[in-house]
Amino acid sequence: MEAAIRVRGVTKTYAEGAARVAALGGVDLDLYRGEMLFLMGPSGSGKTTLLSVMGCILRATSGSIQIAGREVTGLSERELPGIRLGHIGFVFQAFNLFPTLTAIENVEVALELKGIRGARARKEARDLLAQVHLEDKSSTYPADLSGGQKQRVALARALAGNPEILLADEPTAALDSHTGRSVMELMLQLAHEQNRAVAVVTHDSRIADLGDRVVRIEDGRVSSVEDRRSRDAALPSSHFIPMPNSQPIHARLS
Amino acid sequence: MPPLARRNLFHDKIRLAVTLTGITFAVVLVVVELGLFLGFTTTTSGLIDHSHADLWIASRHIPYIEQGVPFSERKLYQVRATPGVASAEKYIARFSNWKRPDGGHESVQVVGFNTDQAMGGPWNVISGSVADLKTPDAIIVDDLYWKKLGISHVGEVFEMNGYRARVVGTTHGIRSFTTSPYVFTSFKNAQNFANLAEDQTEFILVRAIPGVNLAQLQLDLQNHLHDVDVLTTAQFSGMTRFYWMFTTGAGVAVLLAALLGLVVGIVVVTQTIYATTMDHLREYGTLKAIGAPNSYVYRVILQQAAMSAVLGYAMGIVVSLFVVHGAQQGGAAILLPWPMALLIFGLTLLMCAIAAAVSINKVTHLDPAMVFRG
Repeated sequence: MEAAIRVRGVTKTYAEGAARVAALGGVDLDLYRGEMLFLMGPSGSGKTTLLSVMGCILRATSGSIQIAGREVTGLSERELPGIRLGHIGFVFQAFNLFPTLTAIENVEVALELKGIRGARARKEARDLLAQVHLEDKSSTYPADLSGGQKQRVALARALAGNPEILLADEPTAALDSHTGRSVMELMLQLAHEQNRAVAVVTHDSRIADLGDRVVRIEDGRVSSVEDRRSRDAALPSSHFIPMPNSQPIHARLS
Repeated sequence: MPPLARRNLFHDKIRLAVTLTGITFAVVLVVVELGLFLGFTTTTSGLIDHSHADLWIASRHIPYIEQGVPFSERKLYQVRATPGVASAEKYIARFSNWKRPDGGHESVQVVGFNTDQAMGGPWNVISGSVADLKTPDAIIVDDLYWKKLGISHVGEVFEMNGYRARVVGTTHGIRSFTTSPYVFTSFKNAQNFANLAEDQTEFILVRAIPGVNLAQLQLDLQNHLHDVDVLTTAQFSGMTRFYWMFTTGAGVAVLLAALLGLVVGIVVVTQTIYATTMDHLREYGTLKAIGAPNSYVYRVILQQAAMSAVLGYAMGIVVSLFVVHGAQQGGAAILLPWPMALLIFGLTLLMCAIAAAVSINKVTHLDPAMVFRG
């Protein structure tokens, strides 16, 4: 079974003046399609650094990273944006929407980057907004949307071009618990129903139960992995989707 | 394509106003200074350029028209006898003294020419005619200088160098680069007004027979005549312009001011476009993080700069046209021919491109990982 993202022996060291600070100290991790994986841990543990390295935004100091089977650690700065465009959608803590563009235009920007323009882009953007239940807000500017709505627009933008991987950094941090949970349920749905690989950095324990696997990071290393699929396998389920490893998982849909 | 550049530009109205004001200010400054330079340059050689002569014969090595030295009019007959010459006439452009009605004195430049020929006379005549100059003591003065010389109406009589001078007509827009207005009159009158001996002239204007090789005629005349220079109209015009604009430093000062306008414009526009970029830095970081190549972000910034340039230029040209129109009523000409307007549009685009380059440099070094920092 091939992982959507395979991380092997990855280290990341930052220079702080004369000193060198190790943010990641040799991480091994696989992210599979059809699962939602949580990266949890205390502040400064290296969660976001790991997510950035997995998303080809930061370069690892050493180790190997494969995206959809392709080794990316040796790629040039010019090649990395192409990997991000082709395979990965990003969701950010602060939404990072373009405030001067409407909801649908925000999605269209991402589609344009992937070579989809004009009427086709408009239609696909509308479809993506419908997927996140915001079809009636397409002409609304971010300033006029609630936090949850903004994050759902960001999610629609991340889905532009149908990437197989979604990486989210603290997507619920700026949301109240109810809204945060509904956004996470939406992401879980995207992982299970659309067979995407979803990794979420969070230290929001209120949503920890939604993850298929919870990877705890401490001091730049994986300290534990909790596989909830095997735990939940025996529970009655409302929805089962075959996983790449052929194990059924329980997806909770609101 | 989502209108990110346009929306970013128009989002902050105050910043947009500052940007456009900066560009407009720079455009107006450059138009005024370059227009003044062009106006001054054209004015210095106005008499030569409007002379309708093919060749000018002047004393040796004079650098510009106001520096003419009298020589014997006998050379006129030698010129007329040279094959290829259609006509040749005496011509004076010499300083004299004008007495105002209130007793004050003004320096004027007397321009004397043969009123029977079409060489060396005034242009843009708006009242009276060149033929009116055939009467003794008749003069034509440009209306820009009537107030300065105390003239109130056609027919008024004045005193010039102790001789009677009667205004018989007026021109419009014939400026003098010196502070001395041109007074057009017949050659005979001009000899009196300018204290020139009866058998002398200051210049000889030559018109060649159509089809004659002008360079050859110039060479022939130069070989036949002694102690004078034979110059084409273009050569003499160029010498006069060069003298006034560069030897005196007047032109350099104006050009430097134009350059200063450009520099001020670049600084203002750079500052505002850079500030706009900084405002949207997180968005550019987001674009880079989701996979936009640098070229995409550059395009957004350059589009903003180009839109600023076009809007600022349009506003600047409108303001400049008012300034140019206003200057027509004054002593200093500001010219804005369309090639210069086109050149300034190019300069405006360049100015905004330089401004954008600073922002582009900032974005090039932008770390997309910034999007994960809160």
